[in-house]
Amino acid sequence: MTTSEVKPAAAPASEAILGNERKWTDYFTFSTDHKVIGIQYLVTAFVFYMIGGALATAMRTELATPAPDFVTPDVYNGLLTLHGTVMLFLWIVPAGAGLANYLIPLMIGARDMAFPRLNAIAFWLIPPSGILLISSFFFEPPTAGWTSYPPLSLNTGMLGEGIWILSILIGGTASILGGLNFLVTILKMRVPSMPLTKMPLFCWAMIATSLLILISTPVLAGALILLAFDLIAGTAFFNPTGGGNPVVYQHMFWFYSHPAVYIFVLPLFGAISEVIPVHARKPIFGYRAIAYSSLVISFLGLIVWAHHMFTSGTPPWLRMFFMITTMVIAVPTGIKVFGWLATLWGGKIAFTSAMLFALGFIATFLIGGISGVMLAAVPFDIHVHDTYFVVAHFHYVLFGGSVFGVYMAVYHWFPKMTGRMMNETWGRIHFALTFIGMNLTFMPMHELGLMGMNRRIALYDPQFTDLNVVATIGSYIMAVSTIPFIINAIWSWRYGQKAPANPWRALTLEWQTLSPPIIENFEELPVLQTGPYDYGLGYIPEKDPAELYSHAGEPAAAT
Amino acid sequence: MLLGIVVTLISLWYGQNHGLLPVAASAEAILVDGLFNVMMTISCGLFLLVEGALIFSIIRFRRREGDDEDGVHLEGNIPLEIVWTAIPAVIVFGISIYSFDIYSEMGGLDLMNHNSTPTEAVKIAYAPDLENGDMPLLSDVGLGEPPSSAGQPALEVNVSGLQYAFIFTYPDSGIVDGELHIPSGQLVRLNLQAQDVLHAFWLPEFRVKQDMIPGQETRLVLEATREGTYPVVCAELCGPYHGGMRTQLIVHSPEEYDDWVQSKVAQGNTAETLANLPGSDRTDAQYLANFVEPLDLDIDADALAQLQAMPHAHMASHS
Ligand code: HEM
Ligand SMILES: [Cu+2]
Ligand SMILES: [Cu+2]
Repeated sequence: MTTSEVKPAAAPASEAILGNERKWTDYFTFSTDHKVIGIQYLVTAFVFYMIGGALATAMRTELATPAPDFVTPDVYNGLLTLHGTVMLFLWIVPAGAGLANYLIPLMIGARDMAFPRLNAIAFWLIPPSGILLISSFFFEPPTAGWTSYPPLSLNTGMLGEGIWILSILIGGTASILGGLNFLVTILKMRVPSMPLTKMPLFCWAMIATSLLILISTPVLAGALILLAFDLIAGTAFFNPTGGGNPVVYQHMFWFYSHPAVYIFVLPLFGAISEVIPVHARKPIFGYRAIAYSSLVISFLGLIVWAHHMFTSGTPPWLRMFFMITTMVIAVPTGIKVFGWLATLWGGKIAFTSAMLFALGFIATFLIGGISGVMLAAVPFDIHVHDTYFVVAHFHYVLFGGSVFGVYMAVYHWFPKMTGRMMNETWGRIHFALTFIGMNLTFMPMHELGLMGMNRRIALYDPQFTDLNVVATIGSYIMAVSTIPFIINAIWSWRYGQKAPANPWRALTLEWQTLSPPIIENFEELPVLQTGPYDYGLGYIPEKDPAELYSHAGEPAAAT
Repeated sequence: MLLGIVVTLISLWYGQNHGLLPVAASAEAILVDGLFNVMMTISCGLFLLVEGALIFSIIRFRRREGDDEDGVHLEGNIPLEIVWTAIPAVIVFGISIYSFDIYSEMGGLDLMNHNSTPTEAVKIAYAPDLENGDMPLLSDVGLGEPPSSAGQPALEVNVSGLQYAFIFTYPDSGIVDGELHIPSGQLVRLNLQAQDVLHAFWLPEFRVKQDMIPGQETRLVLEATREGTYPVVCAELCGPYHGGMRTQLIVHSPEEYDDWVQSKVAQGNTAETLANLPGSDRTDAQYLANFVEPLDLDIDADALAQLQAMPHAHMASHS
């Protein structure tokens, strides 16, 4: 084994270095190592998740009683807008980008991303964007909701709204740079022995995600820039007082923001397709169907946007057109869900924390999917649009899908990222609390919406009190549920049991290097010997496990 | 097999007995509820099936202690995959057709026949013959007359939304009111417009909703089938007191309705009514109180005082 005094500078040394010479300070620098950036993304996103969750808890506290007594309605709308924006643009998008950054090069046997510097720039746009947004809360928060529809958004305060626009433009730029990088990396940097059809499904999902980002985010930027002109320069693109059309904004906004829901969830669709085969010891069922359905979803995702506008200024033929496209998207989504189920069927399911979150993902995402098809039916959506039914629907998708997915991914790849195992018992407790809390919070919201409770309100009809109390209790359970996770993650990172290179006996390439991987990922670029999911054929996951394991131990002892 | 029957029976039962919707008080509501019940039946079946399969796998296919073997190597099964592509496709196709049918029965397609009529059709220089009539895709927005109805709605009401109230104007009788009174059993046409920001006009018991858009009139045509008092709710974020933007819909029998019109007209002067309506010269807090009192909410005095101090940012009520 080479002992090396090479300091891990920003530009990695050309010779392969064994062991992990990373300093903790690297995580606070403009590092171009995709693994550092991936972790930077994940940790930053999680911090914002805590903030978004705190805002949600404050909202639920307000909603425990019908009257606006905990915060004023003005403040409530600020909480609402920041909660939605933080959760989407500062938690889910960066968390997905973090996983993609960390995993893609390792999974395809590359030493880094295609454009490492661009990658670092993309990450470093996130903290300013987030700090800007959060800081607005202390002088004048934006209060027009995360959709920021004009004309309301034009007369609720220029400063807050301006900050909101700027923050999302910065975040959107980061997202576009990331998407470009993922796409080029996946298409160009695979090891020669890996054809597209032997690529892990996570990479397929990231191709679909990146295409969506590249096509739709610029349209959001366009809409926001026009909105900024209306706001600051007094133009009237969307302002009816000057002859503008507010509905045009809605079209542009949703042209991005519907695809965005797939940007939020597709990376986790990819991740769960990795986790389930490993922990169920069975090949993924219908590799091609799952891979291609990602692409079909991303294409269909581009032509369903107006289903958010069924009760807006949408003429009848458009309503019918978008109803049908939206319904159709259930088909490729169904293919995935059934594929995961069939993978579990006949497997040997280990109830690791990662697997538990994967199971929770399927169970809750299914509910969001079913209510999604209902919402596509125009006559029904006319009743429930902008009610708590919709709030329930999108939280089942975003929380049940994306958040469970991120937790699953963290439990699964934590040993790879840190070289330490997480505590499984606390992981299970975390899962149980999250699952219970999540259902308690969001299940009653279906009924609330159907019965007549509109959304985005700080004060509500007292007849709805009981179910709202249940939801608030659920949200407190969820808030508590993050405590075991945080303690577990921090404690395990420092003192957890040492992780071998391949603790889950997985076949994808990221497990064929050390935990954590050396700076340039692989000593020698790996050669593909099996497909990514060839369980049950008697393959041993790595050539010589003993050697890998022994490497893993030493450098850690040296630090 | 037996399981299939049980699942079907449970779904059928639940689809009819979910009790998740408020009373149906309009012709439209009955149609929408039919659709919802069917979707609920299918959803319930699907839910039980998939969650059932999930739970079954979790129990049946759990890893036993000390078993480090892999599961069977099974990469897929094309016929099975075709089946689970086809079944959802058929289901969503069916729901689409049913929804389309309900939608046209609710009068949604009716609007395709009336072209949107902005004040004056713009003449385009290089296509002087082109009029709005030639653009069949431009149409009014909302719901029109149901195809089953003969003739035009008997009653027309102009509804205007402003932060945070609805104003109802009856062009036939000149009545202006803050509550909506309509007779049951008749088609009523509501012309919706907004004065400041977006609002939405929602009648939960009628299952209809339509955004009110500044600068673009939208429309709802509905038929009440059940007398009573129902909430009118704003369903588009319109500012901090969006939650307080509610009023009442009172469905009268036709005779009672006539009496109401008489008494209103006898009171004559709508100026007084207008003065009591939000938007003329009141502060946010005062008309907020109007909507808060029926709700039995107690907004604390501080919040009200704070509001009162805020400048009044509304256009005058429309005349
Ligand atoms: C931590 C638990 C959470 C709780 C208790 C919670 C609760 C809420 C509540 C009460 C609302 C207001 C609904 C309304 O009136 O429209 C809301 C809105 C929203 N939530 Fe959450 N939420 C949670 C997590 C999340 C997550 C993880 C996401 C996304 C990844 C998310 C995304 C949103 C969005 C986009 C909105 C809409 C904001 C708007 O209307 O502008 N939430 N949430
Ligand atoms: Cu959407
Ligand atoms: Cu409103």
